[in-house]
Amino acid sequence: MPDAPGLELIRGEIEQDHPGAVLDTGFAQERAVLVVDSAQVLPVLRWLRDSPGHEYRFLSSLHAADYLPASPRFAIHYELLNRDRVERLRVKALLADPSSAGGATEALPEVDSCVELFPTADFQEREVFDFFGIVFRGHPDLTRILLPEDYVGWPQRRDFPVGGEPVTFTHSERRYG
Amino acid sequence: MAELTADRTTEVMTVNIGPHHPATHGVLRLVVDLEGEVVRDLEPVIGYVHTGIEKSCENHPYWKVIPFVERMDYLSYFFQMEAYCGAVERLIELEIPPRAKYLRTIFLELNRIHSHLVWLGTTGLDLGAISMLWYCFRERDKILDLFEMAAGQRMHTRYFQVGGVIEDIPLGFEKKLREFIADMPVRVAQYEALLDRNEIFLSRTKNVGIVSRERLLELGVTGPLLRAAGEPWDLRKAFDYLSYSDFDFKIPVGTVGDNYDRYRVRLAEMVESTRIVEQALDGLPEGPHIADDRKYVLPPRSELPVSMEALIHHFKLVTEGYRVGPGEVYYAIESPRGELGCFVLADGSSKPARVHFRDPSFVNLQAFRDMSVGSYIADMIASLGMLDPILGGVDR
Repeated sequence: MPDAPGLELIRGEIEQDHPGAVLDTGFAQERAVLVVDSAQVLPVLRWLRDSPGHEYRFLSSLHAADYLPASPRFAIHYELLNRDRVERLRVKALLADPSSAGGATEALPEVDSCVELFPTADFQEREVFDFFGIVFRGHPDLTRILLPEDYVGWPQRRDFPVGGEPVTFTHSERRYG
Repeated sequence: MAELTADRTTEVMTVNIGPHHPATHGVLRLVVDLEGEVVRDLEPVIGYVHTGIEKSCENHPYWKVIPFVERMDYLSYFFQMEAYCGAVERLIELEIPPRAKYLRTIFLELNRIHSHLVWLGTTGLDLGAISMLWYCFRERDKILDLFEMAAGQRMHTRYFQVGGVIEDIPLGFEKKLREFIADMPVRVAQYEALLDRNEIFLSRTKNVGIVSRERLLELGVTGPLLRAAGEPWDLRKAFDYLSYSDFDFKIPVGTVGDNYDRYRVRLAEMVESTRIVEQALDGLPEGPHIADDRKYVLPPRSELPVSMEALIHHFKLVTEGYRVGPGEVYYAIESPRGELGCFVLADGSSKPARVHFRDPSFVNLQAFRDMSVGSYIADMIASLGMLDPILGGVDR
């Protein structure tokens, strides 16, 4: 994985082509992290994938996390991998929650889909949409993947309560009928 | 690609296969567009065994999460444990003792053989080689016996802990394991003798379900599927984790990338795994089997009646659990099906804020359409077996 100066070089090179795209860099648990503006995540990913000398051509994993109560609240993690140099690089796109910023309560955060760049992201973006309600613009078939189609809510958000459906047993028959 | 002649019907019929069907290897539903017997389009529909494990993990202390994650991919539970425990160990920067690394390697590789045996048995069954199932499950039972001997459980053992393994291997384990090591290559040779000259098996697998290496990489496919297409990519070699760098083993690769190559690669992997187990057993270092950090690891049982401090640590660890400072980590290992990644987000409390598994079956399933479109429906079933998805891992 790129070391700290290497990461700063990457940042500088991206900044030349896409000013303001990289918000921060970090080094945590021996992993280089590039924090990018969610509006420019697609150009940055394309740059990292195609520019000579970098070529992070393999997307290992795409997943989301909810950092409630931090703001911006959501982040999408792109675990990129260069298999020739055996280097991993995490790109983190921060996403604000539009419903907390005075918008409509039903408004969902949006980000560009990277399925065109990495076809492997298809299922994984659907999974993120399914559990976090993050909309991927330009995804070919953005529907729920693991939960039923008629499910309401985004269960992996931190403010989604863990509950249970009442199940009728012999001892609770009277209560639930 | 099968060509249809003009006199046959060209009506496309949509057929639903599953979710409950023995050939779908779990609760997988396939919506298949058929033109005669030829698959023209296909869509896997998943989610039937989704149990919200990732959400449940957020409501349990770190050490209670281990049994949850084991039940995702129910054939490779040691790998799920290693991915999760390794991720937490990296978060708290806890180094595990060398003996624990070796013991973990032994059990991971036994689990890999076990997983491949179940795959070989069930896929053989799909292709009409019914006796394979009984032979494979006979050997699998020996592995489960070994698991039971060391951990007390045959499946979902909860053997790996954050910091090492829960108990050292018992007396007599080594002897039994050595018998297994001596036995296994012979057995693999017997499977090969049964299948490799079987006319039906060969014609059903050779040149079926070919997907190019480039396409597989685009789709994020890893594991034996990718290696069968000729790409020698194995996280055990690429990244340094546990004690794999100490051992001499090969990465089997295929040439064509058809179902036959997938079968050959997995069979060769079983032999290589046996070699790793043998080397790990020969070089098993002496010393503690779990790290000696009382903030994260339970004190030995024998200290509880005599040491007040040990009792306090025990009480704190069992009731509240340990706290993990804020941070996030993605730790990937090579499972029998490919890259198994575990993402853990810690927020400073004693419960993880997010546990996510990048399950190889889930990602690999995207390649199924490419493997099957244009082939016969019977070959689609064979390709699904060779893809080896575990629906518990897909749906989580």
